[in-house]
Amino acid sequence: MNKQIAIEMKGVTKTFGSVIANKNVDLEVYRGEILAVLGENGCGKTTLMNMIAGIYYPDAGSIFIDGKEASIHSPADAFSYGIGMIHQHFKLVDLFTAAENIILGNHSGEKYNISKVSAEVRAIADRYGFHIDPDKKIYDMSVSEKQTVEIIKVLYRGADILILDEPSAVLTPQETDRLFDVLRKMREDGKSIIIITHKLHEVLSISDRVAVLRKGEHIGTVNTAETTAEALTEMMVGRKVELNIDRPAPENVQDRLIVKNLSMTNLDGIKVLDNISFTARSGEILGIAGIAGSGQRELLESIAGLNPLDCGEIVFNRPKKNLPVSFYHKSLADVKALAAEGKFHYEDGSAVDFTGKTNAEIRALVNAGKVLFNEDDVMNLRDKTPLQIREVGVRLSFVPEDRLGMGLVGNMDIVDNMMLRSYRKGSSVFVDRKKPSDLADRIVKELEVATPNTHTAVRRLSGGNVQKVLVGREIAAAPVVLMAAYPVRGLDINSSYTIYNLLTEQKKNGVAVVFVGEDLDVLLELCDRIMVICAGKITGIVDGRTVTKEEVGLLMTKTDSDVKKEA
Amino acid sequence: MKENAKKFELPFHVVKRSTIPVWKSMLFRVIAVVAALLLCSILSLLMIDANPFKFIVTMFDGAFGSSRRIWKFAKDACVLLCIALAITPAFKMRFWNIGAEGQTLIGALAAVAVVIHGKGLPNWLLLVLMFLAAILVGAVWGGIPAVFKAIWGTNETLFTLMMNYVATGLVSYYLLLWTPSGSSVLGRLDQGHLPILGHEYLLLILLVLLLTAAVYVYQKYTKQGYEISVVGESENTANYIGINVKKVIIRTMLISGAICGFAGFLIVGALDHSVAVTSVGGMGFTAIMVSWLAKFNPLIMIGTSAFITFLDQGAAQVTSTFNVDSAFPDMVVGIVLFFIIGCEFFIHYQLKFKTREEAAIPAPIKSEKSESEGGNA
Repeated sequence: MNKQIAIEMKGVTKTFGSVIANKNVDLEVYRGEILAVLGENGCGKTTLMNMIAGIYYPDAGSIFIDGKEASIHSPADAFSYGIGMIHQHFKLVDLFTAAENIILGNHSGEKYNISKVSAEVRAIADRYGFHIDPDKKIYDMSVSEKQTVEIIKVLYRGADILILDEPSAVLTPQETDRLFDVLRKMREDGKSIIIITHKLHEVLSISDRVAVLRKGEHIGTVNTAETTAEALTEMMVGRKVELNIDRPAPENVQDRLIVKNLSMTNLDGIKVLDNISFTARSGEILGIAGIAGSGQRELLESIAGLNPLDCGEIVFNRPKKNLPVSFYHKSLADVKALAAEGKFHYEDGSAVDFTGKTNAEIRALVNAGKVLFNEDDVMNLRDKTPLQIREVGVRLSFVPEDRLGMGLVGNMDIVDNMMLRSYRKGSSVFVDRKKPSDLADRIVKELEVATPNTHTAVRRLSGGNVQKVLVGREIAAAPVVLMAAYPVRGLDINSSYTIYNLLTEQKKNGVAVVFVGEDLDVLLELCDRIMVICAGKITGIVDGRTVTKEEVGLLMTKTDSDVKKEA
Repeated sequence: MKENAKKFELPFHVVKRSTIPVWKSMLFRVIAVVAALLLCSILSLLMIDANPFKFIVTMFDGAFGSSRRIWKFAKDACVLLCIALAITPAFKMRFWNIGAEGQTLIGALAAVAVVIHGKGLPNWLLLVLMFLAAILVGAVWGGIPAVFKAIWGTNETLFTLMMNYVATGLVSYYLLLWTPSGSSVLGRLDQGHLPILGHEYLLLILLVLLLTAAVYVYQKYTKQGYEISVVGESENTANYIGINVKKVIIRTMLISGAICGFAGFLIVGALDHSVAVTSVGGMGFTAIMVSWLAKFNPLIMIGTSAFITFLDQGAAQVTSTFNVDSAFPDMVVGIVLFFIIGCEFFIHYQLKFKTREEAAIPAPIKSEKSESEGGNA
């Protein structure tokens, strides 16, 4: 390997208020190598790279490029040093073609000549093995194609140090493999490539060296060939972490939520859910796998009553058999009518007959819990608002993808956020903060939420603690169905396991858990069944214990034409 | 191109503060007010040749110089506070109700209409009818933009603003109708006066203070108040937990309009005993400042409304004492508010000065500026 140093960081420190993002980091990047920057979420990987790319400026320390001290104040400065960064969120103009996006903002004083640019783009693509059509509009492109445009944009501007922030987060396993081939070709061409990631298997398969960060500090850099996944994990988290997720066998499985032929069109007129049918069962975790944006969010929001549907049914099977009747959801008239239909029985199994009994007697019997249901309740939740779903007594908990924008109110404290679900209880016009306050104390204690106190605004908490507050509240509502969308996104390993354990605990309690995840390894270890969706369609429902990662990966990218070929 | 590429760089970074102790933020505000008054004194020295010390003494004299002035100060502050209390729930919901002026005026008009058409009724009945008419009409005036916003998503800022002009137009029309001479000036009504409790303004002050407590409790301790906060912070969250956002928007604006109507009732029943297009006199807009400066906390609004009234009356006294143009008080109020709002920047951000070493590292020659210039050539 050519050992010429491209970038050297010496004593780089960056703080945000009282939070230290990076502390005294020394790091070297060589020419012609792929360096993986590895660390848990929130360990300062992205901040460190943003300082090289000119997004942030270090509070202390220096950066040397090719041995000379450099001051990188803006992305434009970074480009002048040949540094280009590909961010997680693409910055492309949808209405422009690939070539137009690539030339955008790149004023070299020459006359604008789009066909020349297209030819140059093709040349770069051929050189490294990209597949791209320079004249294709961005809005027609898949996520992987958009990423390709971002990479070529950086190469076109002459960057020879490329920083990729979690490049595989939005890609399927197959697309990731293709990307890695391209990166290897770039390395052979003498470019320096830095990839930020927290996926160990990718680090092992692509990088030459691995720099590990923990809590903003550089723990060490090792040669990939000389290390193992276990050793790297230990460096990342500071101690050995059990990688196995506990997965007890499902018990007492019953159909709980039956979704039939559900279709939905979003506000842009695009069909985001197409004929979705599946069953979520009690005592089981149903995983939903798919590339981000395949309709996972819309599916969960539809079940939660937030989206109007084109067609389909959401049938809820309420576990009521042998449970006492209450006046909480039924009026006396309802109870009498149902009794006349023979829907109830007494504790000893005999049929309930209210004929000849006064209303007071009936009330007394029901309130004493002596009248029991014969059968489970079946109801259609379609076109019910979240409030109506709750009013008919369906305890459906939902941990949405957007925690602070939907699940919680960022500016409110933990206590007031606890109240979101329960504040309506009781007939008083005043809110009762006593119970939410107790609940907040309990969640902070049991889930080890790091917070000064329960009157701290949740937006001040770190991502993992925000998620603990949200999941804790949703579980405290004693759900019958628990849906969680990307509940561990952005969380460190320890917080992630806390969440996995909470979900598994709910499953053991007989809750039907629906888990939308992005990390296939986790889905394969956590879920009993995995439903794969691609572009709003179900491409398969598989057994989580026997399926392989490649099989799920293939289902995630299965297109209409594939399905037709099989048929 | 390269010669002029050297970038201008500030010698400091602007850094967002994560937290600031309460005493420190209060200290900043006090410093801002003192600095503003100092600047005003200097300006008064330069422009109207008034001794700065005397200038400040005159300000205080204008607001608190005699018992009559103190009562007037308290009354004006309370009317302003009442209107500010009205818009606060709407603002808390991020519904930018800038139509308090019209909602108050139309409430006053309704109260006057009751007196004019209810001649001969006993005073207590008249007052009850005036009260009901004012809050009902005020609620309708606030409710119309809310219904449009909730159902068709119209812009509430424009809508509530336009409703002000409709209210003014209606008042002009009825004044023409009610004054046969065509003077459009309605004389003092001799009926529908609120009873006098010790001092002529005392009842009004007590009612507004009572209302302050009520709005405070409503916002902080009731379920409806909680719903307002949730809708204001995030409509997505409100939908997610099943709050009917449309209902909350309409309900809150009905309350907001009704309190404005109540302010109109007070203006007619306790103060003016008449109505004119200038009855509210811009207080509907000043109230936004009162509410905003207090961060929508009704208890703090007592202080902010008193402060703004103090500036108004103090500066008016300066005008008459030093015999200067009436634009001068406006300038004083403007300068002080500018300082107070400006100091919010320093409460939320701090400046970090660069060390010498950092500044010494030369920036690369090629900069964004030179690139864009190259592109234009």
